[in-house]
Amino acid sequence: MAQPVGVMEATLGQLPELENVRWRTRVDEPALRRADRLWTLSTVAHEVPFVATAIALPLLAPVLLVVSVFALVFAWAIPELYAARGAGVLRPVRRRGVDLNADAEVRALGLLGDLVGHEARERVARTGLVVECGRFGVWLVGPAGALLVRPGGRRVQCYCVRVVDADLPIADRVAHLLLALREDEAGFATVANLTFSGACWRLRARLSPPAREGLAVAVAAARGR
Amino acid sequence: MSRLIRMDQTGHTVLAHWSPDDLAGTEAARAALEAELDRGYLAVASEPDGTATAVRELPLDAELVVLRRPIAGG
Repeated sequence: MAQPVGVMEATLGQLPELENVRWRTRVDEPALRRADRLWTLSTVAHEVPFVATAIALPLLAPVLLVVSVFALVFAWAIPELYAARGAGVLRPVRRRGVDLNADAEVRALGLLGDLVGHEARERVARTGLVVECGRFGVWLVGPAGALLVRPGGRRVQCYCVRVVDADLPIADRVAHLLLALREDEAGFATVANLTFSGACWRLRARLSPPAREGLAVAVAAARGR
Repeated sequence: MSRLIRMDQTGHTVLAHWSPDDLAGTEAARAALEAELDRGYLAVASEPDGTATAVRELPLDAELVVLRRPIAGG
């Protein structure tokens, strides 16, 4: 059964980090829809030549069936590669050159648990991810990025964003992103880099089991919106 | 009792406690907040209902003020 998720309310303030990306237009709902459409168009543009090749070649000469199989493999692989890139934002973080401090991780997880409330704390401890409802959909926040499940639960956007301090405990990194998201959702989506937009099912296969569990909760919450 | 917390390599550090009627605690919290803002931290007042607001001065009525580092697109 899906557990309740955190509820975020819009705040008037803007994210201070927007100063570092002044050239970007602040994200709003039409901009997100535009991004979704552009990603779909881009995928179609990638697919059509390969699929057309796969159909046309055997008609010209049956011996070219082998080439058509390769064309179909490419047609399948290209969106999968994009989805893998999107799933990368929730890949477990490796801390190179820094000793893992178990006490620090526990303390950081305690603070993160305080931020999300009692009911979501168990899921945070299990998956390391936070589900947060926003105006644009339902967010799944990890230490190095976030997924935005759009209302209806069919489409997802992947954002690569991180705190500028590699020595922080992993739960603290999640807490940083969560607080920034709560401060200014549109600003958060503006600062972050969009790495994938597409169907939830395509992304799901590329996620780790904890991230898949988090995505299922986010999708369930997004379906009711 | 309100808390000023800094997220750092130890998980987090409680820098100050205060309550509206505790002048010494409030002044200590103000000083700590200013010092951390000067070091490049950003302050966020986090409320139990899940709202968060960026602050530059100590909000006396906030239960929890968290100091965080800036974020950036990866």
